[in-house]
Amino acid sequence: MSQSSHGIGGLTFDEKKKARAPEWNVFFALLLIVGIFEGLGALLMGQSLLFDSADRFDSIFNEARLKIIILQVAIIGIIALGSTQVIILGGIDLSPGSIVGVTAMIAMSFAQVAEISAGVVNPKLMWAGISDLPVIVPIVIGLAVGIAAGAINGLLIAYTRIPPFIATLGMMVFARGAAKWWSKGQPISFPTDSYAALGAGMMPVFIFIALAILFHLILKYTVYGKHTYAIGSNEQASRMSGIKVEHHKVLVYTIAGALAALAAIVLSSKNLTAQAGMGVMYELDAIAMTVIGGVSLSGGRGSILGTVLGSLIFGVIISGFTFLKLDAYYQEMVKGIIIVGAVVLDQYRQKRNASRM
Amino acid sequence: MLDYTNAEVVLETRDLTKHYGGVHALEGANFKIHKGEHVAIMGDNGAGKSTFVRQITAVEQRTRGDIILNGQPTQFDSPIEAREAGIETVFQNLALADDLDVPSNLFLGREKVKFKLGPFSILDNKAMREATMAGLVKTGVKIPNILNSIQNMSGGQRQCVAIARTAAFHSKLTIMDEPTAALGVQETAQVENIIRTLKEQQEPVILISHNMRQVFDLMDRIVVFRRGRICANLTIDGSIKPEDVVAYITGAKTGEEFPEAM
Ligand SMILES: Nc1ncnc2c1ncn2[C@@H]1O[C@H](COP(=O)(O)OP(=O)(O)OP(=O)(O)O)[C@@H](O)[C@H]1O
Ligand SMILES: [Mg+2]
Repeated sequence: MSQSSHGIGGLTFDEKKKARAPEWNVFFALLLIVGIFEGLGALLMGQSLLFDSADRFDSIFNEARLKIIILQVAIIGIIALGSTQVIILGGIDLSPGSIVGVTAMIAMSFAQVAEISAGVVNPKLMWAGISDLPVIVPIVIGLAVGIAAGAINGLLIAYTRIPPFIATLGMMVFARGAAKWWSKGQPISFPTDSYAALGAGMMPVFIFIALAILFHLILKYTVYGKHTYAIGSNEQASRMSGIKVEHHKVLVYTIAGALAALAAIVLSSKNLTAQAGMGVMYELDAIAMTVIGGVSLSGGRGSILGTVLGSLIFGVIISGFTFLKLDAYYQEMVKGIIIVGAVVLDQYRQKRNASRM
Repeated sequence: MLDYTNAEVVLETRDLTKHYGGVHALEGANFKIHKGEHVAIMGDNGAGKSTFVRQITAVEQRTRGDIILNGQPTQFDSPIEAREAGIETVFQNLALADDLDVPSNLFLGREKVKFKLGPFSILDNKAMREATMAGLVKTGVKIPNILNSIQNMSGGQRQCVAIARTAAFHSKLTIMDEPTAALGVQETAQVENIIRTLKEQQEPVILISHNMRQVFDLMDRIVVFRRGRICANLTIDGSIKPEDVVAYITGAKTGEEFPEAM
């Protein structure tokens, strides 16, 4: 038995038998789901989901499919990084999907070109004089929209004490309305090349990974992270310990809003257009990734790493269904089952912990 | 028995009062504690003991009255200000975050940082771990791994974490609201040892307790609350007996026979 360096009072603690980090369970779930799809693939299609089955590529993996899997979760993944922090804080955020809609519209309207090609005017140009602006303009304006929406969420929740569910539901409806109002329902298209580059190719994935690493470090190594976990774990205790709970809540919801705005910029750039309906249901997918990734809906527990793994599970399921040529209905039904399953598992874990006290 | 009447007054309250709507939970409390003195607060359930503590520590804002710390009238807006001024408190409902480990709880709200960056200041986890080890070893508590979240720890271990939190920081005054109410014999002994240590270090303590033996063993003086008022102030010397204290708590005796000895 190896003696721990962190125990006191003569109690021994076996470092090797330490409880497994919960992220491992999510990782095993990911492997299990990949395994299931590989099995079904071999059985039904005679093909592999992730591996290069017929020596068609230079590597052991089917890179094209891997890319698709990661690419399709990257943008919602960016939102999920915010949802993770909000849920660890003990809250919930239903507004990011709509914030994506309104931010995409507003940012794109400052990213348009005047002429699609020489002499051909942009048919969707919103304002005659406003076109071909430097890329920083739509980025800053877009971020400002997300930050404002997130800050309003946070202020409502922290200072009027309305439940996060209600405050962000209001924002969800409001922001969607604003997205439609901005261009009277018209799509906004034809961005500048520099704006179009933001979400081109694998850029969404790079941005997602960079942000995931950034927020992983922030949650783990900064006072901000510590206080987010503390408030989610015991808000009253945090307040008595002198944490400025209200300030902190505003900050967390604001960051979630900013992340939704980033997702909107990347998404509208990738699609080369913005529509008022962009991002519908993204908040629920983001919450699903978070919950599947082991973040507890009752707050105080979870991690960015878990959410990243959760987003991969999400991506594998979607790709797996397409790969098996199963209808999209099944996809959504299974998604629903998995979300509920993840929450049930979390409840069970909590009960088990509580009964040990 | 030491006489503290001439020692420096650490904390004094004058006419401290708290009404919750129509509930007069605390009414005109005049209270003093001196340097190095250990004072017990006793009284029935609902007598206003915790209310008294919540006003001093600014968990709530008082209805009226003065709180004087080291001769200075104070008006704390939040518990953190009270704590920064040197008042450390173990609350009756432990103010701990279950999902966090021991060092995080010890330093909750006053984390050590390596690099200042506003809310994104970088934590100095190593320094907090070491300070935690040093602080807890003194208390004689047994904890298998301080880096486990505290939710699986025993009541005694959790209580010791809460108390170590106050003991680890040099404070002007330590307040404990029923710190041993839920503890076993051994854990109670541990907590009492911490209180003795504070006594040796000349740190003043206010202890709220229903345990007569404990109070007579550890404390210098008993202040009895009854129905929101201080009804007796009894220096523990040979002349005072547990039966007398019980009589004050139940109201069988009133304060007139013991004029305020402050
Ligand atoms: N927030 C509140 N609103 C209304 N009444 C309150 C509130 N807090 C306390 N009280 C009332 O004030 C009175 C004093 O409560 P307090 O908690 O100070 O009692 P206590 O002496 O600490 O009792 P115990 O020994 O049970 O801990 C009680 O009658 C209680 O019901
Ligand atoms: Mg009480």
